[in-house]
Amino acid sequence: MAKVTIDDITIEVPDGTTILQAARMIDEQHGTNIAPPTMCYYSKLKTTGGYCRTCIVSVTQGSEKDPRPMPKPVASCRTTVMDGMVVRNNTSPELLEARAGVVEFLLINHPLDCPVCDQAGECHLQDLGYENGKEATRYEFPRREFEPIDIGDKIKLHMNRCILCYRCVKTCEQITDGRVHGVINRGDHAEISTYIEKAIDNDFSGNVIDVCPVGALTDRTFRFKSRVWFTNPVDAHRDCPTCSGKVRLWMKGKDVLRVTARKDRWGEVEEFICNTCRFDKKDVTDWRIEGPSKISHHSVISQNHNELRQVQLGVRKQLQQWDGHKYGLGEGALDPNNQ
Amino acid sequence: MSKKLLLANDHIPGINTLEVYRQHGGYKALEKALKSMKPDDIVEEVKKSGLRGRGGAGFPTGMKWSFLAKPEGVPRYLVCNADESEPGTFKDRYLMERIPHLLIEGMIVSSYALGANTSYIYVRGEYFYIIKILQKAIKEAYAAGLLGKNILGSGYDLDLYVQPGGGAYICGEETALLESLEGKRGNPRIKPPFPAVAGLWGCPTVVNNVETIAAVVPIVNISGDEYAKIGIGKSTGTKLISASGHINKPGVYEIELGVPVEEFIYSDEYCGGIRNGKKLKAVVAGGSSVPILPTELILKTAKGEPRLMSYESLGDGGFATGTMLGSGGFIVMDEDTSVVKNLFTFARFYHHESCGQCSPCREGTGWMEKILQKFIDGKATMSDIDLLWDVQSKIEGKTICPLGEAAAWPVAAAIRHFRHEFEEYVNRPESIHDVKHYFRLNNIEEA
Repeated sequence: MAKVTIDDITIEVPDGTTILQAARMIDEQHGTNIAPPTMCYYSKLKTTGGYCRTCIVSVTQGSEKDPRPMPKPVASCRTTVMDGMVVRNNTSPELLEARAGVVEFLLINHPLDCPVCDQAGECHLQDLGYENGKEATRYEFPRREFEPIDIGDKIKLHMNRCILCYRCVKTCEQITDGRVHGVINRGDHAEISTYIEKAIDNDFSGNVIDVCPVGALTDRTFRFKSRVWFTNPVDAHRDCPTCSGKVRLWMKGKDVLRVTARKDRWGEVEEFICNTCRFDKKDVTDWRIEGPSKISHHSVISQNHNELRQVQLGVRKQLQQWDGHKYGLGEGALDPNNQ
Repeated sequence: MSKKLLLANDHIPGINTLEVYRQHGGYKALEKALKSMKPDDIVEEVKKSGLRGRGGAGFPTGMKWSFLAKPEGVPRYLVCNADESEPGTFKDRYLMERIPHLLIEGMIVSSYALGANTSYIYVRGEYFYIIKILQKAIKEAYAAGLLGKNILGSGYDLDLYVQPGGGAYICGEETALLESLEGKRGNPRIKPPFPAVAGLWGCPTVVNNVETIAAVVPIVNISGDEYAKIGIGKSTGTKLISASGHINKPGVYEIELGVPVEEFIYSDEYCGGIRNGKKLKAVVAGGSSVPILPTELILKTAKGEPRLMSYESLGDGGFATGTMLGSGGFIVMDEDTSVVKNLFTFARFYHHESCGQCSPCREGTGWMEKILQKFIDGKATMSDIDLLWDVQSKIEGKTICPLGEAAAWPVAAAIRHFRHEFEEYVNRPESIHDVKHYFRLNNIEEA
């Protein structure tokens, strides 16, 4: 076990835990908000992390044995804790400035086309920009441009929006077989591509949409149907022979507009789902609905108006059923509809 | 005449053949090592010699070797980094071109010391003719029983391969080199684990520069203690310097570490002074990524002591007034040179060579190039200088590998020491063709 202090909160974690995981543990235990933002790290996928540099933290004390501070900010997702380590994240103004620099780099070639982007409202880059970015850009040159590409008939690739986090590459590498998808070219003209624009033809290829932190990979069956915050997310399941069948439906009225995997509070998929569940089961009768989804990840959709409404409806129902006679009140006396 | 250990015989005709190389004392170190030394003895000699990595970082080689993990039943590898791509550096090319057997002898001795039975020389893709030279030399060595099974009857086996790279600067970074050698995209790995623990195909690996490996041969020949007597302080031995730019005698020189910079530039033994009798303006002392220094700081340190060609003396004063020995790419600029134009060339290079894996380097290098382009076009404003400074500071120290720093340092140093030149470009855009002006300005400031 190793004792690590992040932003003045101490926690004991197993050896081999990364700083990021330790910070997330603190958040889960204390309800704080000290976990650094991540754009490329994905706990469900191996060898992710280290690329985007948004999760950098400053280590002011290396360990109990060797208390020297680390000379440069380190990527918290790839640095394991040492016993007695002291880490500064939100409490270090220099570090926040450095992170703002990284956010600026991520945004200088981003088209900022949120108004027409399907990801808006649940986009990690949007959150990152709001929380850690600057109010204006200092970049005055033309932005890098690519043509949108169809990857098969279900997935759209907008390379302009891509931040090269490599998550989709690792997904294809690790959960689908026969990878035909990777990064070509180098430097700031590098792009995600399927070799010779081959469609990804695999039962699990749709998961690249869920892991994409930005609007680079979007669901063609959902494109331009609705803004995500106008849809109601509900958890649902079905007996699926290929995957767990545990999904999140994004509904508008009785229509299922979109099916995605369920995501946890860090915006990470809980269980990967298959393409049949994702693209083909768009009828509400295909699913057994469990209830409104709890979305705790910070974003527009986390406002959870749907969940709030469901709670309100539930309270209302209880009030309606409440037996007022016991207390000398009439039937349905507390029913808001009666007042 | 200073002491020569590596290039003592480079002028001899036919030294690239095994026969002539052996006539001039070649493969003596190999015989000595295999017949009378244990592998650990060689590591010990290298430690005693104080040899430091010649690729740029200057990390003690003996220490690097002693970090090599030695788990049972797992092969170990030695990889020679011959992906020399830093602008201004061409020493390895000269060494491999003229005396390929020196490198091969060094590879065999070092592999024996590290217990590696397979070793690789990863050569920069553009050096295609050197690949042929090395392959020919390796063939000769195999035929003479110096490579392969049971070398010189010692029971030690070694296979040596030459692997051409694809011509990417990033593959000179040791973990990117290993990725490339494994046949993957040449992206640097995130450390830890370091190659000494998990390198090539996940096995313990040592990656050394060509010159470092070649220097093992004289160390074994004359002993580590004798080698440590050459040079100055912790900068022991000799170093190949590839001198280029506005000097009378550009080329590769072997110097004893500790030669004064002034002597190196002006002595007839080395660079032979500035071309056409002009004045010295600035020097990039160790390959394009190290900070540029103006005349007054390259010849003397900030304390007023003469600056020497050594790791410590060139680094004196940190980056505020010092620089680095780096890989030994010594670029000299005369009074007619525009520092901004030169910096633009460097920035363009780093933008082109960034692998694109981590965001600060991928986006920042391109941004810096575009801002510098504005200076060249005469469209820059004063705020662009500060912006450029800010962008480089946001890259430095935030990246996976040192390429980000290599791109940021030259920009920082140029602004630090030649800010007046940037300002001149803003105030008088037409002066881009009249660079002499800045030199005078520089001198006035000095006085």
